[in-house]
Parts: sequence; structure tokens; C-alpha cells
Amino acid sequence: MSTTTRLLELAAEHFSVALGELAADDDFYDRLGIDSLQALEFLSELEMEFDVEIPDYELQGVRTFRALAEQIDKRR
Amino acid sequence: MLNFARLDSLGEILHDALFTFKSNVALIEANRHRETARYTFAELRHVAEGFAGRLQAAGFEPGERLAIVMQNQSKWVISGLGGLFAGAVLVPIDYKLTAAEQLTLLAHCKPAALVVEYPTWRQMLQHETAAALENTLVLVSEAPDGADLGPARRWEDPVRSGFSLSQRRRTDVACIVYTSGTSGRPKGCMLTHDNYIRQAESLSQIFWYREEDNFFSILPTNHAIDFMCGFIVPLMLGSTIVHQRTLRPQYLVSTMKRYQISVMALVPMLLKAFEKKLREGIDELPAWKRTLVDSLVSVNRFATRREPNPELSRLLLGPIHDKLGGHLRLLFVGGAFVERNTAEFFYQLGIPVAIGYGLTEAGTVLTVNDLKPFRGDTVGAAVPGTKVEIRNANDQGIGEVWVKGPTVMQGYLDEPELTGDVLIDGWLRTGDLGELDAAGHLKLVGRQKNMIVTEGGKNVYPEDIESAFDDVSGCEEVCVFAANYVWPRQTMLGEELLLVVRPKSDGDLEQALLELRARNRRLVDFKRVKSYLTWSEAFPRTASMKVKRQVLAEQLREALERETGLLPL
Repeated sequence: MSTTTRLLELAAEHFSVALGELAADDDFYDRLGIDSLQALEFLSELEMEFDVEIPDYELQGVRTFRALAEQIDKRR
Repeated sequence: MLNFARLDSLGEILHDALFTFKSNVALIEANRHRETARYTFAELRHVAEGFAGRLQAAGFEPGERLAIVMQNQSKWVISGLGGLFAGAVLVPIDYKLTAAEQLTLLAHCKPAALVVEYPTWRQMLQHETAAALENTLVLVSEAPDGADLGPARRWEDPVRSGFSLSQRRRTDVACIVYTSGTSGRPKGCMLTHDNYIRQAESLSQIFWYREEDNFFSILPTNHAIDFMCGFIVPLMLGSTIVHQRTLRPQYLVSTMKRYQISVMALVPMLLKAFEKKLREGIDELPAWKRTLVDSLVSVNRFATRREPNPELSRLLLGPIHDKLGGHLRLLFVGGAFVERNTAEFFYQLGIPVAIGYGLTEAGTVLTVNDLKPFRGDTVGAAVPGTKVEIRNANDQGIGEVWVKGPTVMQGYLDEPELTGDVLIDGWLRTGDLGELDAAGHLKLVGRQKNMIVTEGGKNVYPEDIESAFDDVSGCEEVCVFAANYVWPRQTMLGEELLLVVRPKSDGDLEQALLELRARNRRLVDFKRVKSYLTWSEAFPRTASMKVKRQVLAEQLREALERETGLLPL
């Protein structure tokens, strides 16, 4: 399973939305209606799932699920 | 209470403090659950002097500029201190800006030296404008082994240079702090040593800081609030600064507990995040416990109606205080509008929240609530030495806030015209609207300037983001406004940006909107425009082709209602 696909599953679960409503190129701030602190909280969950450590600043400028998955893959 | 009547500069005062409190812990840096650095005052003096010596050995002269682009971490503090010891004018730059924006500000202030973290430097090198730094000593921290740093050097390289403390005068500029202009006309506020020293003295006069306090620095140190409350003041007092290199709430709370954080400065967005956590915890309690909490809150409210009593409050509501580490006795909140209910929620739980009001142009706070008694409905009274006046007041007493005092800046760097617009006969016109009550407390009710302040304490000026929407096919011209500037409201809530679009007569508006939305999404979240409207008439412009914003705003106001004229972007 690709990182993007797994990430979408985790986002759907974490924010209680239907998986079918999320797409890889969605802006997750807009789609999920979350702020930067909520995004950071979710990032902590992703770190545990993918066993990586991602500094907060790497989330800067990252807005789509796909771009976030790329950041995770870079650290794996 | 701090009193520095005999000392002239921040460098001198802080160097003196590092000697005086030598065995106290000055600085702790945590990264999640790991402690990554710890310095006593004596150790901090040693490394900061080393940094100053390195600057001096490279030919750095007092009065030259040292820019710092870093997250909160120990090297920020070491560089800042070392810079002040070497007589530098510090230029703290927001690490959250894009590299292009940071380079714009660097090109404007022309620093002799720059301290920057490796990921940021790598991004800067991708821009042609980085070439403007060819005569700047660039020190890059945390670069991996073998990394190509271009003309820069490693921050961590060993230093063997001698050091001498540079003398500065009270009236010399200590810092240049940018308030806007990342894509337009940079406004760098020139703040003097006297501005900072007088602010530190007045804060220590109002609040009951102690040497034993542990200050949690979570706002960026480049932010005016953290520069004072997470850097300057704790070191002057001999207290400890704790940095946590992530803003994730779960690590913040564990760090607060581990290091017994007692004082913390934050912006409303973070205060609300803490409020949410506490409320969720209380809601999950069984009904009988919630009733007990309600009763204890009532007792606490009565006991602290005149002034805070953190020890008693902790005795009454300890388990709730433990959710924020268990040692917190002062939250200082500023940088943006604080909702009264949120502030009152914390105070009723026995965690004092001091609400303040300041501008980059005037240090950290001009007014602050001294908590005697606590009030959540105002931004407090003027700090000692500062005067606040309401000018051109309407019949309800509401008018523009003008201030005068020892913390007001010298002016904007290289911008006498802009300086003349806001500094008039020694008074600073703030562009904020407010009223003063009988107790001398200031209540802010709106803005008359074209800008917004986010809950995260970010000032956003429409001029700075307008270029993001340039040259969209199908658009003749665009202009960005703060919606409250076009349709003034007596509230500090619901501030948002508005895009005015003049479509080409033969253009495809739908297609243009797709492109405008895509560009809006590419902006960092706090800069995004929320709504738009279309306007068919040419924008009024000056002879130099700048949009006459005030005139256009008046035209929009006359023709459209805010409630019906705006569409979501």
C-alpha cells in the first residue's frame, strides 16, 4: 500500500470523515477544516504509524495529502 | 523589580546578568521528550562571548546588523546574546516566511552577518536574490556532514577568538523588527536599547516575576512578545528559559510538567487550544465530580476576586492545574484579540491570564491588565510611563488610539515618509479603534487600518499578498482588502481578507476564479483570502499607478453591503 493511500485512511479515521471524500491532491486544511495545530497533532499520529520523526517546519508549505506523503517517504 | 538606571545597553545588562546568576540554569532546549541542550548562566556567557568574538574576529563593527532566521532553540539565544555583546543591531526574522520573503527583508536591512538553520539556507540558495548576501558573513546551523553551504560557514565551527564587550548608548538601535513588507515596501521598526530596557522595567513593576520562575518560550523568539518574555526578561531576572522545538500540544504539556513551567507568553490561538483540552477533560468527568469542580471554581472566583492567589487556587483545583503542568502561575496573552470568555475561563480556574496590547512599533505592551482585579473585557491600562489617548472620538467615546511613551520606536528603517505617517509630535497613531473607561482601561473595538491580525498573532497586510494574484488571465486588475476596512465594524472578531476582482470584459471569469483559488491555496494558511467580489469599474489610481485604496474602499462601501456582496473564494 502506498504512503498516500495509508495516509488518506488514517486521515479519514482521525477526523471521522468518509474515506471516499478525500483525494490525494486535496488541500487537507480546506477539506478537513482544520488549523495548523490540528495538523501538527495529526502529524504526531503519522510519525507513530510510519516510524519517522518529522520536524514541525517540514509541514510548512505542505497542503496536500500527496505532498505530506512525500515528506514522510523522504524520512523513511 | 528590575532597575537598570546605571546601565546603557541590552548587551551590558545581559552580560552583567550572566555573571551575577552564574550557577542558575539559564536555558534548556527540549525536542519532544528529549533534552537536547542545557546551559547555566556561566556556560551561556562562555558560548555567547565566543560567538561575539567570532563576529568581531570577522570584522563585525558595533552598529552593524545581525539577522537571525531560526526556530526557537538554544542557538537563537546564543547568537542573539553574542550579537548584543558585539554591539550588533539584531534583526529577528520570522522563520515561517518563505525564503523569497526572508530574502526581501534581508536585502532591505543589509546585514553584516546572518544566522540561519540549514533547511532555510538551502531554500534561500535556490533564489537568485541570495546573491545579495555575498558580503554577509552567513553562519549556518545544523548542516549535515558534507553539505554544500555555498559561501556560508558552519555555526558550530570551533571558535578561538578573543572578545570585548561593545559599548552602546540607550538611544542606539538595538533591533529592527519587520512588521510587513515581505513583497512590497518593508516596514522595519527601529527599536532602541532604551525601548527594551524601559519595557522590561515596567513589566517587572507590574508582574510578580521571581528568579525561580521557569519561562516557557513557545512563540517564535522573533515575535515581539517572545523576544521580551522568552529571551530578554528571563535572563535579566536570573530565571530559566525552556524551549520546546515542536508546538504539538501533547509535547507542550509534558514539557511544562517536566520543567515546572511557571510563566508563559502565548497568542490567543494557543490559549484556545489549551482551553479546548481543559474543557474536554472537565466534560469527561462524572456528573458528581463536575458539580464538585463547579463548587470549587465558585470558591476560587470569590477568593481571587481582588487579585490572583495561585497557591490557593492550586490547592482548590490542583488536578486541573496538573493538566497544564501543575506549576503555571501566569499566562501572558497578546499579539491578537483575546476573547473574554476564554480569558475568564482560565482565571476562574485559578490560572491568571494577563491580557496585553502592543504593536511592533512600540515594544511588547503598551497596555496590560495588572490582574488587580482581573478583567477579561479590556486590554488593561497603560504601563508606567506610557500615555494613551483616544482621538477624534465619536459620541460613544470611540476613536483612534494614540500612544506616547518610552517604548515607541524611532521610526521605520529608511522610510521617513511612512514614519511621518504614524509618528506625529512624539505620538504613535496606532490605526486601532478603542475607548478608555473610567479606570483607564483600554477596550479595543476595531481597526481603521487596512490589515488583519490572526489568532496566531500574525499581522497580515493586504499589500503583502496582492502580488500572489498578479497576471491572472481573465483579470484586468485585483486588489486585496481587510473586509473590516471596507465595512468598518466595532469588533475585533471575524477579521478576514477580501479580494476585489475586475474581470476583463472579454475574459472568462470562471476560469479566472479557478486560477485565483489555486493561487490562494498556495499561500500559507494565515495569509489566505476568504472571499471575493467582482467590480466592473477601473480602480482609482495615483499618478504613479498605485491603487487609491481608501477611495476604492469608499466606492465599494457605497455600492455594496458586506453581507450580500461577498462570495467565498
